[in-house]
Amino acid sequence: MNMHQPEKRRPLRLFWMQSGGCGGCTLSLIGAEGPDLLATFEAANIEVLWHPSLSEESGSAVIEIMRRIIDGEETLDILCLEGSVMRGPNGTGKFHMMAGTGRPVMDWIADLAAKAGHVVAVGSCAAYGGVTAAGANEVEACGLSYDGQKEGGLLGAEFRSRSGLPVINVAGCPIHPGWLTETLHTIAAGRFGANDIDEWERPLSYTMHLVHHGCARNEFYEFKASAEKLCDLGCMMENLGCKGTQARADCNMRAWNGAGSCLDGGYPCINCTAPGFEEPGHAFTLTPKISGIPVGLPTDMPKAWFVALASLSKAATPARLKENAVADHLTRPPVDRQKKTR
Amino acid sequence: MTKLVVGPFNRVEGDLEVKLDIADGRVKQAHVNSPLYRGFERILAGKPPADALVYAPRICGICSVSQSVAAAQALAEVQGLVMPPNGELAVNLVHATENVADHLTHFYLFFMPDFAREVYAGEAWHAAARERFAAIKGIAAQDVLPARAQFMHLMGLLAGKWPHTLSIQPGGSTRAVTSGEIARLAAILSSFRRFLERTLFGDRLERIAALSSASELESWAAEKAPESSDFRHFLSLSIPLGLNRLGPSAGRFMSFGAYGSGGTPLFARGVFENGVRALDALAIAEDVSHAWYKAHAGAMPPLTGETLPDADRTDAYSWCKAPRLDGGIAETGALARQLVDGHPLIRDLVARDGGNVHARVVARLVEIALVVIAMEGWVNALQPGERFIAHAKMPESGEGTGLTEAARGSLGHWLKIEKGRIANYQIIAPTTWNFSPRDAEGTPGPLEQALVGAPVRPGETEPVAVQHIVRSFDPCLVCTVH
Repeated sequence: MNMHQPEKRRPLRLFWMQSGGCGGCTLSLIGAEGPDLLATFEAANIEVLWHPSLSEESGSAVIEIMRRIIDGEETLDILCLEGSVMRGPNGTGKFHMMAGTGRPVMDWIADLAAKAGHVVAVGSCAAYGGVTAAGANEVEACGLSYDGQKEGGLLGAEFRSRSGLPVINVAGCPIHPGWLTETLHTIAAGRFGANDIDEWERPLSYTMHLVHHGCARNEFYEFKASAEKLCDLGCMMENLGCKGTQARADCNMRAWNGAGSCLDGGYPCINCTAPGFEEPGHAFTLTPKISGIPVGLPTDMPKAWFVALASLSKAATPARLKENAVADHLTRPPVDRQKKTR
Repeated sequence: MTKLVVGPFNRVEGDLEVKLDIADGRVKQAHVNSPLYRGFERILAGKPPADALVYAPRICGICSVSQSVAAAQALAEVQGLVMPPNGELAVNLVHATENVADHLTHFYLFFMPDFAREVYAGEAWHAAARERFAAIKGIAAQDVLPARAQFMHLMGLLAGKWPHTLSIQPGGSTRAVTSGEIARLAAILSSFRRFLERTLFGDRLERIAALSSASELESWAAEKAPESSDFRHFLSLSIPLGLNRLGPSAGRFMSFGAYGSGGTPLFARGVFENGVRALDALAIAEDVSHAWYKAHAGAMPPLTGETLPDADRTDAYSWCKAPRLDGGIAETGALARQLVDGHPLIRDLVARDGGNVHARVVARLVEIALVVIAMEGWVNALQPGERFIAHAKMPESGEGTGLTEAARGSLGHWLKIEKGRIANYQIIAPTTWNFSPRDAEGTPGPLEQALVGAPVRPGETEPVAVQHIVRSFDPCLVCTVH
């Protein structure tokens, strides 16, 4: 009888570092559900060598784990970095020195990455620089293999981990716990390959989709029934800066915190999985327009078609949608014509 | 005299290094270094004012909502906005969810695992503490993670997601909830109450909230076996280990007050120092005499404060500035909040032993009970169909202050707008107060003072007493420097 039993592998060892970030990806991750994070690690056969929020070891015990990895005494299968690489000021890395070592964190990251089976950038900061790189980026924050949209970063575009893969960028601000747990599980199962990432090295498992997919406001979008102010129920693309039709993620296909998404929360998608999202070049909740037409059009949609379809659908907008689009709660229900009223 | 450098310090939010001078088995003096600088105040300068609501929460993944609340308050002052009752209730609920979840995360994932350390292997209680609270492998983590995640469904419904919501606005919340959703909120809270009452407290929330003295707490603990609930389990370790004498507070406690509702906060604003007095927010100033910033003459009030990093200063040892109230240090957190608000148990604990590790943990757990009870009331008070948000234009210029409470203490945002852009933005976070370095007069910060006298066992490189003291503040280092 063939039970399709997977061969028993040794556990994969994971080491997690934090640098120029907020820790929010870890906090999002420990909210993993169905199952919880610890059960997920167990299912994926992942052993946590060290995680700054979860592990017992502190101080010299942590430095000893890092030394053993770098000296080849301990196998490192997965290195996760959360937060940007801090290169400033003037390339010295002094904006983040590793506590207890007197050495820039960026140097520790580079040494550990050189030994890692897989390197995973957790969140948009570690992937591309993220919010820490906003403004004039005086702190010289960058990602592991990107500096914003530019290839390079700390490790360089040519970097490959022991597995032969580039840095895997689980981008997002923060990540959805599922994006990371599924990626780690797939890596641990030996099934994650070069075809599983997109043009920014993000796992296609969640960037195959647009945030628009599954958005509860889709009917408003179809008829261009637009929200005018935050809290209105209509589509937020025309006025409120929503980038859901361009942003790559499955945010509206899997629930955040059991029940939500940014759009369900009443505020626009700011495309936080994309490199450079932190500097959109306009106020986040205002749509930039040229002669009344939003500058950022839906992905893969020719402009002429968008304009034509938009004007057509605007002309056909049902009164129910017009009314509900600018209300904070649904005021007009759909009507079933089968019901005969007296 | 021997010197120890303790770090990287984990199970705190962010990165921390503590330098200790040790003699005769005791810490003689401590220098606390927050080693990461990101420069949020510099990022915010020049941005459209409303964009602060995107950037500010991203200062911190654990106090994200508190950052949003402070930013929204500062902007509301500029815009002259007042939240409608539903907006205030919804924002309170989102804020409270974060703070209660943080207390839970701190207790189970950050603080308790230290009792599972090998250093305690000779203690009779060690095997049980290890089985229950060991990092990653303990049973408690398996109990608390699903309960916490389900509690956070409040965030999914009320804020879209956590961390880093944009639902909290100067005029209220962008997420109006329906009557069906109010029923779901109530059900989530009810399920969470069950977890707290069965697992954390082993008693009704009301009973915990009503504990009124140290002796009453003691007799409550003795009603059942220590391992029948995690609060009792903690108490059975804390007192024998003398945590009520470890990590003493300097004596001045501050709270900005939190959870406003029709002009009255659930927890009052004020200063506690042998009694309560009003807080003068204008008496707050930041000193950079021992921090890696360009030195200026004297401490600066945050509204006109500056953040000019200077990594090469040799007379500095932290990226944390030194905030002072009336020129002196202040401790902030759940202990301070409950002292200022006048909770009888917390007042009694401090009257007996002063502030300490034990009192800080007890205050946090009692606060969980107090806040969850309040949350149930807020859910009931929501009025479906009524407004959740008010809107107003953003003036071209103005000043605003946002003062609120994160789980770990008082958080302030000070904002100045000129020509429609942010001209200055200064933030003082709770751990900036608690983990501040020395000031121009050489006065150490609250943690630096609390560490003095901590016992160091022979051969310890990460003294366990130091671990308890540091974590008792529930520090957030990413907020500290921002």
